[in-house]
Amino acid sequence: MFEAILLTVITASTPLVIAALGELVSERSGVLNLGVEGMMIMGAVAAFATAQLTGSPYLGILGGIIGGGLFSLLFGFLTLTLVANQVATGLALTILGLGLSGQIGEAFVGMPGVRLQPIVIPLLSDIPFFGRVLFSQDLIFYMSVALVFGISWFLFKSRTGLKMRAIGDNHGSAHALGINVVRTRYLAVLFGGACAGLAGAQLSLVYTPQWVENMSAGRGWIALALVVFASWRPLRVLAGGYLFGAVGIGQLHAQLLAQSGGIAIPSQLLSALPYVATIVVLIIISHNRRTTLINTPASLGKPFVPDR
Amino acid sequence: MIKGGSVSVSGGVEASPLLSVQGLTKLFGSFAACNSIDLNIGHGEIHALLGENGAGKSTLVKMLFGVLQPSAGTISWEGAPVVIPSPGDARKLGIGMVFQHFSLFEALTVAENIALSLDPKTPLAKIAEETATVSRAYGLPLDPSAHVADLSVGERQRIEIVRALLQNPKLIILDEPTSVLTPQEAERLFETLMRLKAEGRSVLYISHRLEEVQRICDRATVLRHGKVTGACDPRQETPASLARMMVGTEVAEVKRDSADALGDVLVQVNNVSVASRTPFAVALKDISLKVRAGEVLAIAGIAGNGQSELFDAISGEYPISDNDGILLRGKPVGRLRINGRRLLGAGFVPEERHGHAAVSAMPLSDNLLLARSRSDRKAFLSGGPLGILKRDAILSASRRICSMMDVRKSGEDPTAGSLSGGNLQKFIVGRELDRQPSVLVVNQPTWGVDAGAASRIRQALIDLAKAGSAVIVISQDLDEIFEVATTIAVISDGKLSDPYPAGELTLEQIGLLMGGIHESHAGVETADAH
Repeated sequence: MFEAILLTVITASTPLVIAALGELVSERSGVLNLGVEGMMIMGAVAAFATAQLTGSPYLGILGGIIGGGLFSLLFGFLTLTLVANQVATGLALTILGLGLSGQIGEAFVGMPGVRLQPIVIPLLSDIPFFGRVLFSQDLIFYMSVALVFGISWFLFKSRTGLKMRAIGDNHGSAHALGINVVRTRYLAVLFGGACAGLAGAQLSLVYTPQWVENMSAGRGWIALALVVFASWRPLRVLAGGYLFGAVGIGQLHAQLLAQSGGIAIPSQLLSALPYVATIVVLIIISHNRRTTLINTPASLGKPFVPDR
Repeated sequence: MIKGGSVSVSGGVEASPLLSVQGLTKLFGSFAACNSIDLNIGHGEIHALLGENGAGKSTLVKMLFGVLQPSAGTISWEGAPVVIPSPGDARKLGIGMVFQHFSLFEALTVAENIALSLDPKTPLAKIAEETATVSRAYGLPLDPSAHVADLSVGERQRIEIVRALLQNPKLIILDEPTSVLTPQEAERLFETLMRLKAEGRSVLYISHRLEEVQRICDRATVLRHGKVTGACDPRQETPASLARMMVGTEVAEVKRDSADALGDVLVQVNNVSVASRTPFAVALKDISLKVRAGEVLAIAGIAGNGQSELFDAISGEYPISDNDGILLRGKPVGRLRINGRRLLGAGFVPEERHGHAAVSAMPLSDNLLLARSRSDRKAFLSGGPLGILKRDAILSASRRICSMMDVRKSGEDPTAGSLSGGNLQKFIVGRELDRQPSVLVVNQPTWGVDAGAASRIRQALIDLAKAGSAVIVISQDLDEIFEVATTIAVISDGKLSDPYPAGELTLEQIGLLMGGIHESHAGVETADAH
C-alpha cells in the first residue's frame, strides 16, 4: 500500500518538478515565460509521435525535449529579439500550444502508446522500504533528480550561473559589465522549453502512455506556481513538487473516499491547495523589502533594450 | 590581484608624473564639456578635482577611465602617451574607479559582486578570501558572504573600493565619495586614502567640499565651465580663494530691487528634520525658513544636497510627522498631502518634467486636469460626486495657459511628450500660475530649457511675487538665482543656511556656503577677501 502510494506520487510529481526547474532557470535570468503549459503539451505530443513513428521511447524523450525547446524559441524570438510583452506572449504561447498539439495529435488519438520501461538499478533497488520505489524507475525520474542538483550547482557554484543571476537581478548593470544579456536569456528560455518538453514526454510516455488532447491538464500552471512557492530555489522545487504532487493524488483518493461514503473532503479544496500555498509564500516573501530583494529576480518580466 | 603590499615607484624618475593630461577636450556637438584641460598627477599624490555641477569633472574622469573618448588632446601614463578605449583597458593600465552611484547587484553577495568584474578564471572561494584580506588590510571591514541588500551605503562603497583595489591599481579615481557617507564613515575613508598614499598609490579625488579637500589633498585642479581655472596646493589657499576659482568672481547683475515692501509671512518652515527614505537620499537637518508676500526666496546648492527632499516636504509629496513644522498662510500643514496644500492656495512645480510633473503620453488638457482636479473642482468637473469632465472648460483653460506663457505647440491639444522641454516647462509653470497661487514652490524651474523659455519663466516668477505671492525657487543656476531672488539661502548636505538679502551676497560667499563652509565661517573669510 505504502509503496503503491509513493509510486503514484512520484509519477505525478516528476513532471511538475522538471517543468518548474526549467521555468526557474528562465526566471532566474529575468524572463517570465507563462507558456509552460503550452510548451509541455507540445513536448507531450512530440514525444508521443516520435515514439510511435520510431518505436523507441528513448527517441520519444528526445522528441519531447526538441519539441518543447523549439516552441520556446518562438517565445524567445518574440520577447527577447522583438521585445514583446512577456506576459501576453506567454499566455499566447499556452493557447497556441494547446491548439497546435490537438491538431498534430489528431492522428494519434486512441492509439496504444509506447511505455517507457523502468531501469532497475542493482543493489540499490534491494534496499528495504523505498529501494524498489526509488531505484526501479524510468529514465525521466532519474533525470529529474539529476536536474535538481545539477541546476543547483550551476546557479550557485558556477561562474555562468552567477552571471545568469546577475542578469536576473539587474540587467542594466550586467550589460554594463559586458555580460551578453540577450544571448544568456535565449539559452535560459531554451533550457526552460526543453525541460517543459521533457515533462510533457513523461506525461505521454510514462504517466498515461497515450495521446489525449489537453492531457497536460493545468500542470504547467502548477509548475509556474511551484517556482514561486520554491522562492526560485531548485531544492525547494523538489520538495514543493512532491508536496503538490501528493496533493494531486490525495485529490483523486478524496473523490474515491467520498464516493464510497467515507470522509468527504471537497476535491475542489484540494486542487486549490497548491495555489493557496503559493499565495501564502508570496505574502511571506513580499512582507519586507529585504526578503523581496534577496529572493526574487528583480528584473523578472522587464524588457531589456540595450543602449537606450 | 594584490601581491606585494605596495606599488613600486619606477626608478625614482621624478620628472614623469603618473598621469599627465594635455589639452584634453571633449565636444558634444558644438558644446565643449571639457575645453583644453591640463592635469598632472604625481606618484603617491592625493589630487583634488574641484568644480560645480556641469563644470566638466565627470566628463574628464570618464575620458580617463575609457568611458568617453576625447575629441582632442593627449593622455600620458607614466610618461608615455596612451589611448584608453574602454574601462577594461583603463584597469589594465592600473586605473581603478569608484563611482558615485554604484551599480551593485542587491540579490548577490559581496564576493559574487566582486567576482563579476574580475578575471573569470579565479574561483569564487579565492575571491571571497582575498576580499576579506584586502578589506582588513585597508580598514574597510566587509563580510564577503553578506548580501548587498543588507548593507549600508557606506558598506556598499567599500565593496566598490575593494573591487578597485583587488586589481592593484596605481591610480584610484573617487567620484564624490563622501556625498553618500556619514561623517564617521567619511573619517574611515580618509584613513584608507592615507594608507593608499603611503603605499605610493595616487588618488584622484572629485569633490566640491572645500574642507575635505584642504584636509586630505596634496594638490587641486579647479574646473569651471569645462576649463581649468586653478591648479594649486589647497593647503596654501583659503576656502574663499578656492570658492572663487570654483564659481568665478564676476559679479552678477542684480535686477531686483530688494527694498520692495514685503507683506505677511505666507510660508514658514520650523526646524524640520526628515530622515532619508532611500540609501541615496539626503536627510534634511533642522531646516527653517520664512517667505513673505512679495518675496522670492531662492535656494541655491549643488545637486543632491537635499533639494528634492526639501521640495517633497514643502509640497506634501511626502508629508512630515510634525504638523506644525510647515505653515502655509499661517495654517499648519505638515501632515497634509499635496492636494490639501493646493486647496490652501499653494502651487508646486516639481523637478522632472516627464513622469513627475506631466504624463508624457497624455494631452496637455489631461495634464492640466490631473494637477488641478481637486483644487479647481468647480471649474473643471460637474455632476457633483460623479465628477464629469467639463471638456470645454478644461480645453479653454489649457488654451489660456498656452497663450499666457507663449507655449509653442503643434496642433490644438498635443501630448505633453511632443512638446520641446522648454515649451512643456512653460506649460507646467503656467498651469500653476493660472490659479494665481498665493504660494508657489518651484524646483529647478529652467533646467535644460532654452534661453528664451528660461527668461519667460523667470519673468513670470518675478511678476507673481510682485503681485503679492510668496515664491520659493530651488535652483542650481547661480545666474538664475541672482536674476529672480530677493532673498537667497544655500542648501548643503541637508542643512539650509541663513537667508541673505540678494543684494548683499556675493558669488564667492555662495560658493563657500555650497562647499559646506557655514555661516560664521563664510562671514569671516569674505571679510578677509574684500
